Amino acid sequence: MTPRKYLVLLAVVVFGSLGDTLLARGMKDVGAIDIHHVAHVFFALANPWVIIGILCLLGFMSSYMTALSFADLTYVLPATAIGYVVMALLSRFWLHEHISIERWAGIALITIGVGLVAGGPSRTEHPPAPTADSKAIQERV
Amino acid sequence: MRNLYTWVCIFVTVCAAAAGDVLIALAMRRIGDLGEFRRDHGFLAVIVRVLSSTALFGGIFFMAIAFFSNLVGLSWADLSLMGPASAALTFVTNAIGAKFFLHENVDRRRWFATICVCSGVLLLTRS
Repeated sequence: MTPRKYLVLLAVVVFGSLGDTLLARGMKDVGAIDIHHVAHVFFALANPWVIIGILCLLGFMSSYMTALSFADLTYVLPATAIGYVVMALLSRFWLHEHISIERWAGIALITIGVGLVAGGPSRTEHPPAPTADSKAIQERV
Repeated sequence: MRNLYTWVCIFVTVCAAAAGDVLIALAMRRIGDLGEFRRDHGFLAVIVRVLSSTALFGGIFFMAIAFFSNLVGLSWADLSLMGPASAALTFVTNAIGAKFFLHENVDRRRWFATICVCSGVLLLTRS
């Protein structure tokens, strides 16, 4: 793992959490969607918060795809869960919100999980598929 | 009743997101390291190669289903329920999908990390 690859994982964290928060902010403006008129969800696409949220999620998608091109899915997902910890710590030290013991336990568990997965290999190496030549050599042996 | 709809949305979001993640991971594995490919062949070649992957479009289709299901769910429930509940369950379904469909080496360390993150996310949102 190079510093550039860690930066890609950081971009996944930042764009993902920012996008989700902006979508939630936009959907508060749009209001509840009636189960009989689910197609009204498309009206939400005109909301500026939802539009900025979608742009952030596009940034998330491109960095996420880049991350998956050099690391396993079971490495990328837990490794980027550190975003939950960052948001909780920001709410404690920036917004001065109260964090209960349960939340501190949650932060500790996520940190342990991220540490565990980040300490291991990022990619499963699969043996290359046998070619016609290699099959012929194996048959001769 | 709205509570039931919310959980149906969470279920659809989790299943669609897991299918999308597995398909996108499969596509990106076939394509290879984008950074190296860009260095060797240029940015335009990267875009052409990515856009020529059918698995990627399948993944994006399922991600779109997950996105709209999440959006509908967010109109009924708070982000503090929708976000972590779908994220925590997606960790587990993705680990299962990665093991059986992508044949990733999901060893004890990764299972333990997945369970830790999943429980941590749930604890973070309980209070």
